[in-house]
Amino acid sequence: MSELRTDAKISGMGHSMKRKEDPRFIRGQGRYVDDFTLPGMLYMDIVRSPHAHAKIKKINTEKALKIPGVLAVIDGPTLAKYNLHWMPTISADTQMVLPIDEVMYQAQEVCAVIATERYIAADGVDAVEVEYEPLPVMVDPHKSLAPGAPVLRKDKKDKKDNLAFHWEAGDKADAERALATADVKVSENIYLPRIHVASMETCGCIADFDSAQGKLTVYMTTQAPHAVRTVFALVAGHVGLSEEKIRIISPDIGGGFGGKVPVYPGYVIAVAASVVIGKPVKWIEDRMENLQADSFARDYHMKVELGAKKDGTMTSLKIKTVADHGYSNASANPSKFPAGLFSICTGSYDLKHAFCEVDAAYTHKPPGGVAYRCSFRVTEAVHAIERATDALAQKLNMDPAELRMKNFIKPNQFPYKSVLGWEYDSGNYGAALKKAMGIIGYDALRKEQAEKRKKGELMGIGICSFTEIVGAGPSKHFDILGIKMFDSAEIRVHPTGKAIARFGTKSQGQGHETTYAQIVAEELGIPAAHVQVEEGDTDTAPYGLGTYASRSTPTSGAACALAARKIRDKAKKIAAHLLECSEQDLEWEPGKFYVKGAPQMAKTIQECAFAAYTNHPQGMEAGLEATHYYDPPNLTFPFGSYICVVDIDRGTGDVKVRRFVAVDDCGNIINPMIVEGQIHGGLTQGIGPALYEEISYDEEGNISGGSFLDYYVPTALETPHWETDKTVTPSPHHPFGAKGVGESATVGAPPAIANAVVDALRHLGVTHIDIPITPEKVWQILKKKGVAE
Amino acid sequence: MAKHKISVTINGAAREAEVESRLLLVHLIREVFRMTGTHVGCDTSHCGACTVVLDGNPVKSCTVLAVQADGAKITTVEGLEQGGKLHPVQEGFTEKHGLQCGFCTPGMLMTTSALLERNKNPSEQQIREAISGNLCRCTGYVNIVKAVQYAAEKMR
Repeated sequence: MSELRTDAKISGMGHSMKRKEDPRFIRGQGRYVDDFTLPGMLYMDIVRSPHAHAKIKKINTEKALKIPGVLAVIDGPTLAKYNLHWMPTISADTQMVLPIDEVMYQAQEVCAVIATERYIAADGVDAVEVEYEPLPVMVDPHKSLAPGAPVLRKDKKDKKDNLAFHWEAGDKADAERALATADVKVSENIYLPRIHVASMETCGCIADFDSAQGKLTVYMTTQAPHAVRTVFALVAGHVGLSEEKIRIISPDIGGGFGGKVPVYPGYVIAVAASVVIGKPVKWIEDRMENLQADSFARDYHMKVELGAKKDGTMTSLKIKTVADHGYSNASANPSKFPAGLFSICTGSYDLKHAFCEVDAAYTHKPPGGVAYRCSFRVTEAVHAIERATDALAQKLNMDPAELRMKNFIKPNQFPYKSVLGWEYDSGNYGAALKKAMGIIGYDALRKEQAEKRKKGELMGIGICSFTEIVGAGPSKHFDILGIKMFDSAEIRVHPTGKAIARFGTKSQGQGHETTYAQIVAEELGIPAAHVQVEEGDTDTAPYGLGTYASRSTPTSGAACALAARKIRDKAKKIAAHLLECSEQDLEWEPGKFYVKGAPQMAKTIQECAFAAYTNHPQGMEAGLEATHYYDPPNLTFPFGSYICVVDIDRGTGDVKVRRFVAVDDCGNIINPMIVEGQIHGGLTQGIGPALYEEISYDEEGNISGGSFLDYYVPTALETPHWETDKTVTPSPHHPFGAKGVGESATVGAPPAIANAVVDALRHLGVTHIDIPITPEKVWQILKKKGVAE
Repeated sequence: MAKHKISVTINGAAREAEVESRLLLVHLIREVFRMTGTHVGCDTSHCGACTVVLDGNPVKSCTVLAVQADGAKITTVEGLEQGGKLHPVQEGFTEKHGLQCGFCTPGMLMTTSALLERNKNPSEQQIREAISGNLCRCTGYVNIVKAVQYAAEKMR
């Protein structure tokens, strides 16, 4: 969309409207879950295991219960009385809420203390004495999958191994044949380590059971409030919690990025405590609990093989992955796709033969496999193909930009059916890469690099031309625990022409209150300032699966446009009634209907709204509102090309990102300012994993990276000045041509940075470095190659 | 546990409280005074979400005891707006899209408003250094830098 169809007063699509959320946030008047205080509210704090695997011999609560203000200690056997000690994960595996006799990872919940005050609950946690008998620990997923390994999930009857699942896509024999006959082949072992979203707000809730009404209200940091309500009803139905008596309120959320999709044990314990005690119970994680026990992302060990002809034409790809899922598969993946959308791994290239497979292993680590700002394992897929592409360029001694240009799916091939089964909706990959190369001055940089190399200076240029797959998804294939992945919008236009719009999604900072209002403004001509957007209260909002995987604009955004169009259709009938003409005689421009050829004969949308309640045609229902549940016909495939320049300090191994140019294409844009902000944030959550962030475990299962002391989130000092630009290739199937964009940069940035670092060291024979590329890792390579200063 | 009577001036108003020795300043502000604009992001002074201005200096209120603030003048995010007029940094953050989820924003506003009291014309590097103790997971900092530059311009 090149032209604005509305003026700034209406602020429809394409306007960089200032955010409607901001006035409360800049005044400190946001309402996050910990900001709520309910009358009589109690506090919960959790005792966690210091061992990665141990038998619980005894929990002694005597001292804790003697502390004035400590009311109760809830443990596994307490919950077992109500059959609430286990719960399903969103991948339909099972997970302990509280253990009966065995803990399976360090920081696992052991029991919970309920007290009158926050500090007293913490005192109670200190006073609980737990006797453990340490047991052997399995931290290596490869060893876990090896024949004869001790079985971890003894709770699962008949389970004989530690395979959480096996999943594959493509024709293995065909891909192997093509690889075997390829002129050139590269093979790299690529590990994407365990990382954590580390949203600035941790997780928490207030569970408030009103025994008189029999109603449970939970204020909760959740990205998917409606799904949570249904899960609560399914899990706790047997203790009398019925779905119409459950209300989930997701208030302002301080960042989610996927980490607030799962239901964590703490939520369930707080609910159980409130039901049993009959008072509101607040539970707020601290940062270490958040980093150590909540669902992690990535942890993919991939072997990537890419084959090509001598001229660089890519022919074949094979990826074998071992995925470490911790002690339970708590991935937030659609049920038919246990490895998410990993089969987007052919990327932006016209590959004819491909196969990928994932073996998921149980280990003694926290459960998970949620995304970290990415659409179901797309980051892993993109990292694999983009690193392998650079390795291929290196082997062919070909420029990596030229190799990409040669292999891109061409604009005239869209819609493009990939060999692994996806139908890419639209794309123009060459245009994005060309634009990025122009902005950064690619040719000049290559000359500079050659000069510097002569002087022994280490400078690298890295490219990533990614394709994402977002907006899950078509209900034919996409569901979570059986609930189809449509999403919804409900719009009501009031008599005075103002509107309220509610959605099944839930913003965590993405700016939905602004962007959804702009969609209504675009479709109805009602100024966005006059559209109140609400999400997150399951008693009022229409049902939906929530916000993650860049799905809000592709699903609820689409639903918003279609609900608005239903309203416009009705308004047209009203306008015809008011103007005493036929509907066919009316033309629409944002904000009003007018008679063809007689533009002075017009009725505004506000006049139609007033008439809908005061003077509607006989036989027509009064009111002006509509609901739409949008079932997307396909996913959307945003793409982009990123180029990064790094300089490496030979003395310290420090990688400095000198410049980073991101050219993104997310189709038509609702609010350019917000999209740019999403890119900036995504890039920063790209540089983090690329250079700094990692959660690792020692042989005993002790965590490293469990606090902000050693889990290194980028500050303003490491973060470069991001340079962004765009191309616009609308989605042909989305109602207003948009694609999801929230995660593109997190997906695209790490391979660009990794490629740049390897490029800087290419002449030394380096072909791959696993992220995070820390100064120490680089320095060790420099030392080994004899170039460290 | 022993209780101590303390007096502070918070956002211009004199307040008194009886507090335990161990009570953190951030909890005095949030739970005793019920001003919830100041947030807790880590408890270990890494993230800066709890930053308030204490006697002119930005401090992380999760790492200050309430008793240490006895007699002090405290400004929180709620005290930035004066007479219905936003502080220039508040304006800057909105104008330049310097916030998304809003959780780190109060801390950022307090750190940067204190910076601009000391330095009317900070360079980009000085702004980045000033906010390097405040983590933001949403914005990528570029627009926060622009927001502070906008505010500096306004205040000159």
